[in-house]
Amino acid sequence: MAEFSTAVKYRGDVNVIYLNGFLDAHTAPQLENEFSKLIEENKYSIVVNFKDLNYISSAGLGVFMAFIEKIRENKGDIKLTSMNDKVFNIFDLLGFPLLYEIFKSEEEAVKKFNEIKKLENE
Amino acid sequence: MRLKNLKTNNYIDDKKLIVQSRTENLSVVRDYIHDAALKAGINPEKVGDIILAVDEACTNIIKHAYKSIPDGKIEIQVLNNYKKFTIVITDYGSSFEPKKVPAPDLQKYYQQHRVGGLGMYLMKNLMDEVDYISVPGKYNRVSLSKNLNPVS
Repeated sequence: MAEFSTAVKYRGDVNVIYLNGFLDAHTAPQLENEFSKLIEENKYSIVVNFKDLNYISSAGLGVFMAFIEKIRENKGDIKLTSMNDKVFNIFDLLGFPLLYEIFKSEEEAVKKFNEIKKLENE
Repeated sequence: MRLKNLKTNNYIDDKKLIVQSRTENLSVVRDYIHDAALKAGINPEKVGDIILAVDEACTNIIKHAYKSIPDGKIEIQVLNNYKKFTIVITDYGSSFEPKKVPAPDLQKYYQQHRVGGLGMYLMKNLMDEVDYISVPGKYNRVSLSKNLNPVS
């Protein structure tokens, strides 16, 4: 059975979801649950860290499409970080970099959210 | 050699893997293709492309041909004629017309909150050849091929 797990860490107002293992049609519902939980709690600033993700299929990519509009309607975003080349190539092949900001490091993604917050408060 | 895993009802023999149409079996299929592709001498960098293409084909079969009914049969056969490495995947679910699957349009998916056709698009981009045969009421068969030792 495909091994997959998620963990969530709160970094101030930003919520980081860590992905580990294999994200396919079998494990995608687990990630859907994570997004649903965050949205229920009105947490819309979400960074997804791909550092420990070994594999993604289109079913996994579909999860990001399912929630992005709702999150952006609430002034939030899903920002993606730390993908290995294999995983990035799949995102790239499907044109996802046009729809999502992809960062090299989690720090950069979190910083981007904080900068936006700062601008809004000025 | 024929091994049967009694718990999952999956069969593996030298030439064929037979699994039931459940998403939990996708990892069984990926492991099988991984080993077969390495054994055939496929460049390890390309093995990942083949695994993903086969995963997408099987995911489509589970969701569309068998509409998530878990006891449909999926047969996976690996052929290697030293020019081409081919995976033939057969199911006995609803027939399917690949021409009716439109090319993916991300902007449209964005508005509809759903994704469809991405799997097919990936298969076509990751493999050198993708062929479908559908005999309504009998079977559907998709063949995915990667050329071996291409002149580059």
